[in-house]
Amino acid sequence: MDALLHQVLAGLATGGIYASLALALVMIYQATHLVNFAQGELAMFTTYIAWSLINAGMPYWAAFFLTVAIAFVLGVVIERVVIRPVERAPVLAVVVVFIALLLIFNSVTGWIYTYTIKQFPSPFPEQPILGRYLSSHEAGAIGVTLVVLALLYAFFRFTPLGLAMRAAAQNPESSRLVGIRVGWMLALGWGLAAAIGSVAGMMVAPIVYLDPNMMGGVLLYAFAAALVGGIDNPWGAVAGGFLVGVLENVLGAFVIGNELKLSVALVIIVGVLLVKPSGFFGRVQVTRV
Amino acid sequence: MSRKTIALVIVLVVACVLPFVVSNYHTFQLTLVLVYAIALLGLNILTGYNGQISLGHGAFYALGAYCAAILMDKANAPYWATVPAAGGVCLVAGFLFGLPALRLEGLYLALATFALGVAMPQLLKYHALEKWTGGVQGIVINKPDAPFGIPLNADQWLYFFTLAIMLVMFFLAWNLLRGRIGRALVAIRDQHIAAEAMGIHNALYKSLAFGVSAMYTGVAGALGAIAVQFVAPDSFNIFLSIVFLVGIVIGGLASIPGALYGALFIQFVPNIADEISKAAPWAIFGVFMIVFVYLMPTGVAGAVRLITARRKP
Repeated sequence: MDALLHQVLAGLATGGIYASLALALVMIYQATHLVNFAQGELAMFTTYIAWSLINAGMPYWAAFFLTVAIAFVLGVVIERVVIRPVERAPVLAVVVVFIALLLIFNSVTGWIYTYTIKQFPSPFPEQPILGRYLSSHEAGAIGVTLVVLALLYAFFRFTPLGLAMRAAAQNPESSRLVGIRVGWMLALGWGLAAAIGSVAGMMVAPIVYLDPNMMGGVLLYAFAAALVGGIDNPWGAVAGGFLVGVLENVLGAFVIGNELKLSVALVIIVGVLLVKPSGFFGRVQVTRV
Repeated sequence: MSRKTIALVIVLVVACVLPFVVSNYHTFQLTLVLVYAIALLGLNILTGYNGQISLGHGAFYALGAYCAAILMDKANAPYWATVPAAGGVCLVAGFLFGLPALRLEGLYLALATFALGVAMPQLLKYHALEKWTGGVQGIVINKPDAPFGIPLNADQWLYFFTLAIMLVMFFLAWNLLRGRIGRALVAIRDQHIAAEAMGIHNALYKSLAFGVSAMYTGVAGALGAIAVQFVAPDSFNIFLSIVFLVGIVIGGLASIPGALYGALFIQFVPNIADEISKAAPWAIFGVFMIVFVYLMPTGVAGAVRLITARRKP
C-alpha cells in the first residue's frame, strides 16, 4: 500500500509536467487546429537557455522568469516567420514543417551544448515533505503546474486580451470584423504555448537530466494527456496529464515494468483515438459533408 | 525510343557499372541508397499517393530487419528467403495497423504513427522477446557471398541482389499506381467523399495502401539488415522514421523516381554534413524540409519534370 501511494504521488508530480506540456499543445490546437510536434524540442531548447543563465551566475528564479519571457518571444517569432506561410497549406505540409522544427531545435541544441548529459538544479529544498512519500521537487512541480493553470485561467477569463484570443480561436472571421488582429492572436497563442512549455521543461529537467533528447518521451505522454482530456479543452488536458502520469507510474512499477513505459503512451493514444476521439472532456467534432 | 526510355537505360547502365569502378565501401553505401529507395517508395505510396501521413514507418523497417535477422540467426534461413518473409510479415502488420488508422485522419494519424515510432525501440528491447531479438545487444548476421562462383565480391553481389529486388519492386509499384488502384488511391487522397460516391471502397483501399506500404518498407528493412549485417533496437528510433519523411519530401511526393532522389539525398548529404559537426546533418535536413515545403512542394522529382518539360521542342 505504501509503495502504491508513493507511486501515485510521484505519478502526480510527473503528471503535472505532462499537464503543462499538454496545456501548451492545447493552446496551439485551440487557435489553429494543429498539433505542434516541435513543442517538446522547443521546451528543451529553452531549458538549455535557463541552464546557461543559471551557469552565468543568475539566481534561479530570475533565470526562470527570464527564460519564460525568452520562450514567449521565441514562440511569437516562430509563428510569424515559419508557421504563417503554411497557415492555409495542406496538413502534410504543416506536419513536415513541425518535424523540421523538431529536427532543427534538436540538432542546434546538440551543436551548441553538445550531447553530454547535464545536471539541472531544482529551486526547491532537498528534504522530502509529506513523510517520505513526496520529494519537495515533486511537490513543487505540482504546485507550479497549478499556478500556471490558475494564471492562464485568469488571463483568459478576466482580461480583454484573453477574451480577444478566445474569440479569434472560435470565430476568426467575425473577430476580424470587430477589429481583433487575428494573426497576432495566433502568434500570441504560440508565444504562450512556448512559455508554458519552457516551464514544463525546467520542471522536468531536474528529474530526467538535461540532454537534447530529454523531451521525446515527455512529449509523447503530453500527446496522450491532451488526447485523454480532449485536445480542445485546457482543463481536460490538465486532468489528462495527471491521469497519464499516475497511470504511467503505477503500470510501470507494478504491471509491465519500466522498460515498456513508452508503450503505455502508445496504447493510450491509439486507444483514445479509436474509442473516444474527442477525449473525456472534449467537444465532439461534427463536420458537414 | 522515347526520351524516358533512353534516360532509364542510361541510369540502369550506370547503376550496373558503378560497383566496378568505386571502392567496396562506396558500393556498400550505394546498396543502402537502393534500400532506402524501396523504403521511400513504400512511404510514398501511403503518404504521397494516398495522403495518409505516417511518422512511424521506421517501425515497419525495424520489423522487416528483425524478421530477416531472426530468421537467419535462429532458423538458419538463407538470406534471399528472408526478404519475401519480411515483406509478408510487414504486409500483415501494416494491414492490421491500417485498420484502426482508418478512423484517424491527417493529424491524428500522424500522432498515432509518431507514437508507434517513438515506442518501437522499447518494444524491441522488451525482455520477454530477448530470446529472439537479443535485447539491447541486437543480432549480428553474416554477409552472404556470391553464389554459383560468380566472380563478384560480397559487397558487389549484395549490391546487385538489392538492385534486382529494387527494380522488381519499382516495376510492381509503377504497375500498381498507374492503373485503377493507383487512381483510386489518389482519388481518396484528393476527395475521399467524392471517391466513395464513385464506388471506391475507401476503407479497403486505405488499409491495403497501409499494408502494401509497410510491405515495401519491410522488404527494405530486411535488405538493410543484410547489408549492415547488424540489427539493434536503438538504430530504429523515431529519427529513422523522420529520415524517411525527409526523403519523400525532398525527393518528391507522389512520384516514383522521387523515391530514388530522396534516397540519394538521405544517404549522401549527412556524409558531407558530418564533417561540419555531428549535429549538422539534422539541422540541414530540417532547413531543407522547410525550404522545400515553401519553394518546391513537388520536390526534386517535380523540378526534374519541370526542366524536361521545358526542354521538349
